[in-house]
Amino acid sequence: MSNAAVIIELDGTGIKEANWGMVTMARMGGTPSEGTGDSKAGLIACIMTPVDDSMRSELESYGISTIVEVVLPQGLETNPDVSARALLSAVKAHQVSSVYGLSTALGKDLLPRMAALAGSPLVMDCFEADARTGMARTSQYSGKTLASIKMTGERIFFGVKPNSREPEKKPVSAEILRFDASDTAIQGLRVLDVQTGDQGKAVSLAEAEVIIAGGRGMKNAKNFDILVQCAEKLKAAVGASRVAVDSGWVPYAMQVGQTGEKVSPKVYIACGISGSIQHFAGMKMSGMVIALNTDENAAIMANCDYYAVADALEVIPAVTRILENG
Amino acid sequence: MQIYVCVKHVPDSAANIHVIDDIRIDPNLAFLLNPYDEHAVTEAVKIKEQHPEAEVIAVCLGPEDAENTVRSALAMGADRGILVQTDSIFDSIETARILHQTITDDGVPGMIWTGKESIDAEGMQTMFRIGALLDCPVATNVVQVALGDNKAVVDSERVGGVVYTYELDLPCVLGAGRGLNTPKYPTFPDVVKSKKKPVKTVSLDAGASSPDGASMKVVKLEPLIQTRTPKAMTGDPDTIAREIVTILLQEAKVIS
Ligand SMILES: Cc1cc2nc3c(=O)[nH]c(=O)nc-3n(C[C@H](O)[C@H](O)[C@H](O)COP(=O)(O)OP(=O)(O)OC[C@H]3O[C@@H](n4cnc5c(N)ncnc54)[C@H](O)[C@@H]3O)c2cc1C
Ligand SMILES: Nc1ncnc2c1ncn2[C@@H]1O[C@H](COP(=O)(O)O)[C@@H](O)[C@H]1O
Repeated sequence: MSNAAVIIELDGTGIKEANWGMVTMARMGGTPSEGTGDSKAGLIACIMTPVDDSMRSELESYGISTIVEVVLPQGLETNPDVSARALLSAVKAHQVSSVYGLSTALGKDLLPRMAALAGSPLVMDCFEADARTGMARTSQYSGKTLASIKMTGERIFFGVKPNSREPEKKPVSAEILRFDASDTAIQGLRVLDVQTGDQGKAVSLAEAEVIIAGGRGMKNAKNFDILVQCAEKLKAAVGASRVAVDSGWVPYAMQVGQTGEKVSPKVYIACGISGSIQHFAGMKMSGMVIALNTDENAAIMANCDYYAVADALEVIPAVTRILENG
Repeated sequence: MQIYVCVKHVPDSAANIHVIDDIRIDPNLAFLLNPYDEHAVTEAVKIKEQHPEAEVIAVCLGPEDAENTVRSALAMGADRGILVQTDSIFDSIETARILHQTITDDGVPGMIWTGKESIDAEGMQTMFRIGALLDCPVATNVVQVALGDNKAVVDSERVGGVVYTYELDLPCVLGAGRGLNTPKYPTFPDVVKSKKKPVKTVSLDAGASSPDGASMKVVKLEPLIQTRTPKAMTGDPDTIAREIVTILLQEAKVIS
């Protein structure tokens, strides 16, 4: 048993971008028997949809040599418990000893279910994951420490934080196999409804490459439109501090921080956010932090990569204009 | 119906964390009830208000001091508590096994509540493991709940306002999310009353280690040190905006 598998996440149009960094990570540390560098044994991708030619060639370009189409029971595709059982049967059938999935909204409902059913160890939100050693690195204590965790067991699970690794291509050719799990039964959990809300189509915070976040300095709900407009141009997600949420300007789902979402974008643009310890707990894993604040003594100004002592309400619309008109 | 609430004793999120001997934190700091577990206790107590025959039992695996955390749950309205006392640190596989054993030894759970995440281990999985051991359905990040005939209908929030409505057979395990309710902090009389409520302390038989060797072990803990060197962007808003776009384009390469 030494195969590694990745669970591929889909969005409305196909395979999510966020998968490729995870696939690269799994490939580099995919198989216990290998030394450093790319593993020679192939990487399995489990995907819960029929794979067309363009999906196949994308998967091949990142080094996937076996594609397993997991056929779910009809009408139960949105049931995370059914998906978890189906995926678990698939990885067991393919002698998979390490499973990689994304630590996204879906992943957080899927991977712990799989690991719990399998009685296997799991580290969520890891930004390093090496199946050869069973080691994962993640944050603990509200983002104040980094923990290196060693997993042991016949099968181990990694929930990989999006954007943890730059995707690298490695073209191979892949075979497509079907795993029929259409007889997976409901076990006590039924999905009655899925409401996608306004945010359904927007970029999700957990996966975003760029996040523009607003705090008390945005002053009101209306001003968040400024961030939304800029975010559309940047394909960014919009986040918020707790003050902005508690003031009722934006929904709680947008909160970044210790009691909100923990994010890991390549770039985090903080607008009118002071940089409290609790806010940092949620965004300190960002690649680059850009701070716009009228107060040069705000904590965030001392703990970022770029800062401007400026009114975010003037700078952000200017960014949007430049992106529109060049 | 017996409603069990798993409450964890965690360091105050505002406290500074010092790592000692590479794998543990210096325990000389303020500990409290895990914030998400406060939502869980609050909801269990709310359910009891509508179902007066229900009993709310707070269960904790932790050190001697964790009795304070159990007492906090009692002050918030839980009827009694169980502390499984240990000085060891367990991973979530063992924690779930111990909590499950403790609960099923004590009674017959109609529901088990947890928080959606502990703020120290940040594991996000204990509820699913308890559910697998009890062979019952699980939902996490629960932001709304209604009890029906042997069923619970819950809203589980995914992200960005995406909400899944699940129907779960009872018993079930539910992980409370922040959107669920506003915890009612205990008044002084609540605290006084809670001192008279029973807390059973169980000591743990040696190492409940997993039969097949499945485990997660923290082998190194390091403070997360920030190494950012801030660079100033100056000029009028337009100049700053241009500089930001250049940085996004050339340095961060997130736009093209
Ligand atoms: C247990 C606990 C959990 C918490 N969890 C979270 C969490 O998850 N997330 C979170 O964010 N907070 C959290 N908090 C709250 C946190 O402590 C801070 O209160 C909060 O982060 C502050 O939000 P802010 O930066 O928007 O507001 P403030 O601290 O008030 O900062 C506003 C900033 O905007 C600047 N400003 C004003 N006008 C402008 C302008 N026109 N342009 C540019 N800058 C401007 C000001 O100079 C100031 O620096 C938590 C607190 C506790 C106790
Ligand atoms: N030692 C513990 N004692 C009681 N409850 C716990 C313990 N560890 C975890 N839990 C419960 O499980 C939830 C999720 O924890 P975690 O999987 O660590 O994120 C917490 O919010 C608690 O409700």
